[in-house]
Amino acid sequence: MRRILRRHELVADEWRHLGEDPAADSRPERALIVPLAQLRAEPARWLERSGPLGVCLGPSDAVADIAELLPRLSLVAVEFPTAGDGRGYSQARLLRERLAFHGELRAVGAGVRREQLFLMARCGFDALELASGEDPQAARSALQRYDVAYQPGSAEVALRRQRFERLGGD
Amino acid sequence: MYRYDELDQAFVDQRVAEFREQTRRHLAGELSEDEFRPLRLRNGLYLQRHAPMLRIAIPYGLLGAHQLRRLAAIARRYDRGYGHFTTRQNLQLNWPALADVPEILAELASVQMHAIQTSGNCVRNVTADHLAGIVPGEVDDPRPYCEIIRQWATLHPEFTYLPRKFKIAVTGSPDDRAASEVHDIGLHLKRDAHGALGFRVLVGGGLGRAPVIGVCIREFLPLAELFAYLEAILRVYNLHGRRDNLNKARIKVLVKSLGAERFRADVEREWLAGRGQAARVSPAEIERVRGCFAPPGYETLTDIDAAGGREPAFQAWYRYNTRPHRVSGYRAVFVSLKAHGAVPGDMSSEQMEAVAALAERVSFGLIRSTHTQNLLLADVPQRDLYDVWRELAPLGLAMPNIGTLTDMIACPGLDFCSLANAGTHAVARQIQQRFDDLDYLYDLGEIEIKMSGCMNACGHHHVGHIGVLGVDKHGEEWYQISLGGSSTGVTALGEVIGPSVPQHEVAPTIERLVEAYRALRTEGERFIDTVRRVGIEPFSERAYATHPAAA
Repeated sequence: MRRILRRHELVADEWRHLGEDPAADSRPERALIVPLAQLRAEPARWLERSGPLGVCLGPSDAVADIAELLPRLSLVAVEFPTAGDGRGYSQARLLRERLAFHGELRAVGAGVRREQLFLMARCGFDALELASGEDPQAARSALQRYDVAYQPGSAEVALRRQRFERLGGD
Repeated sequence: MYRYDELDQAFVDQRVAEFREQTRRHLAGELSEDEFRPLRLRNGLYLQRHAPMLRIAIPYGLLGAHQLRRLAAIARRYDRGYGHFTTRQNLQLNWPALADVPEILAELASVQMHAIQTSGNCVRNVTADHLAGIVPGEVDDPRPYCEIIRQWATLHPEFTYLPRKFKIAVTGSPDDRAASEVHDIGLHLKRDAHGALGFRVLVGGGLGRAPVIGVCIREFLPLAELFAYLEAILRVYNLHGRRDNLNKARIKVLVKSLGAERFRADVEREWLAGRGQAARVSPAEIERVRGCFAPPGYETLTDIDAAGGREPAFQAWYRYNTRPHRVSGYRAVFVSLKAHGAVPGDMSSEQMEAVAALAERVSFGLIRSTHTQNLLLADVPQRDLYDVWRELAPLGLAMPNIGTLTDMIACPGLDFCSLANAGTHAVARQIQQRFDDLDYLYDLGEIEIKMSGCMNACGHHHVGHIGVLGVDKHGEEWYQISLGGSSTGVTALGEVIGPSVPQHEVAPTIERLVEAYRALRTEGERFIDTVRRVGIEPFSERAYATHPAAA
C-alpha cells in the first residue's frame, strides 16, 4: 500500500502507475502515471484516454522534452532512485519555475525518505510518495523540521523566516 | 567577524536537533549505516580507521577567541586534547565517540559554529585568502562574500545532493593565497570600468586524481547576479555531472567532456533563463554582512623597528613569521603549527587556549586559520611583537619557519585516514629531522612541500614546489615526488621526477633536490624560479644519483 503525503496530509491515492494494476490500465477513465518512454513511444494511445494522465520522469530525462505535453498532464512524477541522486530537485524547480507546471508534482522512488522531504517540498513537490518502510507520521513532522531557511523556495513549506528573496525583475 | 542573527541561530539549533534524532535512530538500529552515511557526512562526521572523525567548519578560516577556547574545551572533553587544522581551514577531531557527536554539535552551535557540509557531496566550506582585509592593494575584503555564499549554500534545497563534493574559494587580492584556481569554482573580486564590484568566474579546477587548473567562463559577473550565476553553474552540474563513477563525478570532468566553450554557453543560457527565479542578495544584506567585517578599532601608531637590537632568535622569528600590514604600526603574526617534531597542523587544547588569550590581548580577539595549516593573528601592534614571541616560544608555536621547507602541508595520512596509503606524519618527521638546521633552511629560502597520503590530494601535492604523494606498492608505502607545482601567483601543476621511492628515501631525495637547486640557482633566485628556468631534468638526474632504484 502506497503512502502519499499531499500538502502534508496522508491521502488515499487515486493514481496508479502503469503496470501496477493491469485491470486499471485498461480502464480509460482511470488516473494513470505512464513512464516518459512509453508516452513517447505511443503518444496517441495515452493521450486519447479520458481519465487524468500523469508522466513519470527518470533522473536522466530532460524536463524540456515534456514542455509541450504539460497542458495535457495532471501529474508529473519525478523519480529519486536513491536518496543520494539529487537530479530530481533540479527537475522539480525547472517544472515549477521555468515551465510553470501547476499540476501535482510527485516525488517517487526509494530515495523519498523523511530526511529528503523538506528539500523536496521546497523545490516544489506537493506530493511525496513515501519509500517503503517510511513512517508517515515521522515523515510529516520531518517536513516541519525547520522553520527558517536561507533560500527562496516553494510555499509548500511555511517558514517563519527566510533570508534571501528571488531576484525577479526582467 | 560575522555574528549570527536569530535566523542563523535557529537554523543551527534545528540542525542539531535533527542530527540528534538521526544519531539516536542509527544507534537504535532504525537507520542502517548506508542510510546514515549521507546524513552524518553532511554533518562533518566520517567513520575512520580508528574512530569517527569530526570535521568542524571554520568558515573562511575566521575564529573568535571564545570559539577557539570552546574548540579547546571540546577537544579536551570529547577527544584526546588536540585537534588538526586542515588545508581547507577547518579543524578535525580524530577521536570523538559517535554517541557524543550531537552534544559536540550543540556546544558548537552555542558559540555560533557548526560542522554542516564539511563533507558529503554538497557545497563545502567556502575558503578565502588568510590575509584578507589586511594586505595592501586588495580590491575588496572577500570574507563578506564568502559568508553570503556560505548562507546561500547551507541546506540549499536544490544542491544538497550533488554528484560529488563542491568547493568554492574567493579572493580579493591580485596575489591568490586561496588556491582558487584549483577549486570547483574560483571567484576573483574585481571592479568593472565604472567601479562596480563583481567577480571573475573560474570553473572546473581541482586536485585529486586528475588535477586541472580552472578555466575562466566569465570575465565580469556583477555582484547582484552572484547567486543566479552560481545556481546556473550548479544546475548544469547537478543535472549533467556523472553519477556512475565517483572518480569522474567532479565538475572538472564535465567541463572537460563538454569543452569549456560549450559548458560556458550552457551556463550562460541557464543563467539568463533562470535568473528571475534565483536567489538575490540585496544591497542592504550585503551592507549588513560587510558591516561585520569592518576594520577593528586600530590605534593611530607609527611603524617602529621592532626587531632592532633584539636577540637573533627574535629577529629570525620577526623576519619569517610576521608579515606587513596595511595599517601603520601593525603586523600580522603567524602562529606556526610546524614545530619540528610535531605533526603539521596539530594543536593541543592548551595551545589553543593560550592563543585565544593572546588574541584577546593583542589582536582584537580574532584568530585565522590558513590553508597552509598555521594560525594567524592578523592585527598585532608592532610594540607587542616581542612579548608575543616570548609567549609563543615556550608553547612551541614560534618555530621561525613560515614559508620555508619545513612549513610543509600534510594530510592526516595513514595514522588517521581510511583512504591513505602512506604515513605522511612519519615522513614529515624525517624531513623535520633532516632539515633541522635553521641556517640551512634560511639559505634554501622559500620552498613549499605539500604531501598527500593518497590520490585524493588533501595535502595539495600537485601544487607543491615539491609534491610528495604516498602510493601503495604491493602493500608497502612508496612515495612519488613531483616538482614545479604552485598555487600562489602562477598556478601550475608539478611534474613527477621519476620512479617512486621507499619511505626512508623521501627526505634524502628531497635533500638531493635542494642541493641541486643550490648548485643551479642564480643570485637571489627562488627554488621555484630555478625549477621553472631549467626544467625538472637537472633535478631528476641528481635526485636518483645514489638511489639503488635508479639503475
